[in-house]
Amino acid sequence: MKSAVIVFPGSNCDRDMAVALEKITGVKPTMVWHGESDFEKVDFIALPGGFSYGDYLRCGAMSARSTVMKEVIKRAEAGVPVFGVCNGFQVLTETGLLPGALMRNAALKFVCKDITLKVENADSMFTSEYSQGQAITIPVAHHDGNYFADDETLNRISGEGQIAFSYSEDINGSQQQIAGVLNGKGNVLGMMPHPERMIEPALGGSDGRALFTSVMNALG
Amino acid sequence: MKARVHITLKNGVLDPQGKAIEHALGNLGFDGVEGARQGKYIELDLAESDATKARENVEAMCKKLLANTVIENYSIELE
Repeated sequence: MKSAVIVFPGSNCDRDMAVALEKITGVKPTMVWHGESDFEKVDFIALPGGFSYGDYLRCGAMSARSTVMKEVIKRAEAGVPVFGVCNGFQVLTETGLLPGALMRNAALKFVCKDITLKVENADSMFTSEYSQGQAITIPVAHHDGNYFADDETLNRISGEGQIAFSYSEDINGSQQQIAGVLNGKGNVLGMMPHPERMIEPALGGSDGRALFTSVMNALG
Repeated sequence: MKARVHITLKNGVLDPQGKAIEHALGNLGFDGVEGARQGKYIELDLAESDATKARENVEAMCKKLLANTVIENYSIELE
């Protein structure tokens, strides 16, 4: 599986993502700078965590309008799997590829700890290696992970199985404790927790690994 | 021409920062603050001198970048 990691000014989990992808897929990902208008054909695109453009205006707002994102949006719409973690999730909501928005944590505190997630939909290309309802441990590290969408959108995404993961406890005020959301077609996933930081026991656990192997299996 | 853009959270969207401001004001002894909502104010200097065109442009800027219409409303004043 050939993958690309998009790097924005202020990304800081791009190397974690690259290490995870290389260890799991065996292929070194291409790092693509935000100013590029095109990049080589890949099977998987990852948007890493961080504080791109210093979170100016709104988290992910500037990155969502960057040159490289025009190409990422085009490929996502053509069906290429796109995966955004933390700031990457914020970027995906800002582009409109994913529904909703991520706001300041309800308690106004930066949350940085391992948390238990529930797999809400084990039937997607990103989650098929998990079992439905499985509890997994993945770290979070964010200040703006409070997921908001209007009631109509919430009903739609929960009815369509677009909620991929939820928190087992309320850590940031997210509606329905939503931690990760899929697009309607199921080829775009955004989540606040960091599965790329939990890919082997030396990192404290390997519950994040199955997300990447799910994608590999789906792509054949 | 100057455009003044106010961006505010939509009704029904929880504003934790506004809540914190409200509580802090209460703690400082300012009674009677029944709500606080935090927003953004952006001033733009425009080359355009036609007010109708300017408004159209700023409207497009709000939709495309300045506001996230999932959670925010915007209002535009021209001068």
